[in-house]
Amino acid sequence: MVPLWAYLLLSGFLFIVGVVGVATRRNALIIFMSIELMLNAVNLTFVAFSRFLHSLDGHVFVFFVMTVAAAEVVVGLAIIIALFRNMETVNVDEIHLLKG
Amino acid sequence: MEWALFLTFALLAGAAAVGMVLQRSPIYSALCLILTFFAQAGLYVLLHAQLIAFVHIIVYAGAIMVLFLFVIMLLDLRPEDHPPVRFGQAGMLLGLILAALLLAELALGIGPRIILGSQGSYDLETLRMLGNTQAVGRILFREYLVPFELTSLILLTAMIGAMVLAKRRPE
Amino acid sequence: MMGFLLAAVFKIALVMGLVLLAVAYLTLLERKVIGDIQVRFGPSRVGPFGLLQPIADGIKLLFKEDIVPTNADRFIFIFAPAVSFIPALIVFAVIPFGPSFVITDINVGLLYVFAVGSLGVYGIVLAGWASNSKYSLLGGLRSAAQMVSYELSLGLSVLGVVMMTGSLSLVDIVEAQGGNWYGIFPKWNVIPQFLGFVIFMISSNAELNRAPFDLPEAETELVAGFHTEYSSMKFAMFFLAEYANMIAVSALATTLFLGGWQGPLLPPVVWFLLKVFGFIFLFIWVRATLPRFRYDQLMGFGWKVLLPLALANVMFTAAAILILA
Repeated sequence: MVPLWAYLLLSGFLFIVGVVGVATRRNALIIFMSIELMLNAVNLTFVAFSRFLHSLDGHVFVFFVMTVAAAEVVVGLAIIIALFRNMETVNVDEIHLLKG
Repeated sequence: MEWALFLTFALLAGAAAVGMVLQRSPIYSALCLILTFFAQAGLYVLLHAQLIAFVHIIVYAGAIMVLFLFVIMLLDLRPEDHPPVRFGQAGMLLGLILAALLLAELALGIGPRIILGSQGSYDLETLRMLGNTQAVGRILFREYLVPFELTSLILLTAMIGAMVLAKRRPE
Repeated sequence: MMGFLLAAVFKIALVMGLVLLAVAYLTLLERKVIGDIQVRFGPSRVGPFGLLQPIADGIKLLFKEDIVPTNADRFIFIFAPAVSFIPALIVFAVIPFGPSFVITDINVGLLYVFAVGSLGVYGIVLAGWASNSKYSLLGGLRSAAQMVSYELSLGLSVLGVVMMTGSLSLVDIVEAQGGNWYGIFPKWNVIPQFLGFVIFMISSNAELNRAPFDLPEAETELVAGFHTEYSSMKFAMFFLAEYANMIAVSALATTLFLGGWQGPLLPPVVWFLLKVFGFIFLFIWVRATLPRFRYDQLMGFGWKVLLPLALANVMFTAAAILILA
């Protein structure tokens, strides 16, 4: 059986990749995708712990995370579209004006 | 056998995740992320969480990433000219320190030192008898009923928010 | 272990072979039926009654020149037809064809079907994007919006069936539909879940991108939509995927609403195939009869009519189960 630490290591790695993505990329969409990746890394931890603790609470939390992620994506993409409409760019470095 | 499957999925997920961050073209980034999600669904199945695995694919691959692709196509985003990851010296140093810290934290947490709390009552045998979906449903609608109802509020808010934001205002 | 593997491989090969053969002859059937409806013959030159037409078509498509547009994204352009074809085939893994004739019975079978089904849209969207042509892009954008919208009502429409059965396994769902009510009516889900059934049929028609919902490839305005730039085998893959999807949806509708292989006298597999054939005929009939929607009508219908109806159906079914139990 694959031990818990293997799952945790993978999940940690995915989370770090997500952090690097948010920190280095300037395209708002890719930053968004990196955030999704981080959320999913956390989901993996939840499910792994659930499995090894013989509990289902982790599964329920994954559902909640998914709902929040879906809501976040919907609003986030709407904001990106609105930004693009006003600024003609999705590069977060070029979006630096407070007035629209 | 289980290790082989785990390693395949884990390597696939890791490689695709790195690919997502390194790709210049947003479409390829999105495709890499979809691949990561699939590998992750495989891991969920390995962890005997079939319900989560398929809901994961339906929600992430089937809905969220399609929305991403839709927006990328709608805005017609082209690949970026400069390499996506540019490190300054200070940035590189900071990043390395951060990575080392996170790794150290992980290394302290994992391995034989993990102390699991008390075991719950849902071991594999019970799950097989109850059915994975039925068991999760029972917990979701009994112990987590209020949070569950609250998520519907989040969704409603998000729906209204998206419509208000994306709607073109009359000039 | 070996025996199990062999049996599995045999079953998969049998099902795949059947499906591919059915897909080939479905193209002929569709042309024949539409021909009859429009009072003309349809294909009749190749072989008796045009029976060899699919083979001729296949050979023609195989030997055509394979064109990749200069500015297309090569990798995705080649990858997209496969992405649309594979999900269409692997749906059949959980469909029960007979009492013990199912490739695999998993406890979340219905979710598997929806998960796999929701991937078909990628093929279309990616093909539309990779072709680097405005018609393709428009077709791809339209199909993304359309398929995501109608997937909601599709998913909600089967919830009534799931609630009545209390299981997501397709085998369980079929078995729960055995027997009769009052000795006459078969215990098929289509009777208590008629509204769900209608919503399922309409939204699956939209998911299949077939007329009257074939906006992604609307010939009169978009040339051929997402597959404008495709030729040869890659075009054939899209074509096959569309027909394989049609069979898959018909099989799913049979399983969920018409009692799958349940039926008197005839052997179960025959019943199953008969019902599937009925649904396929219905799809062809609808295509030959109804004109195409306008795009705003399509979105409005999906969100303002089908979705509320599907939600109402879920509420009503839940209430009925509570009261009757």
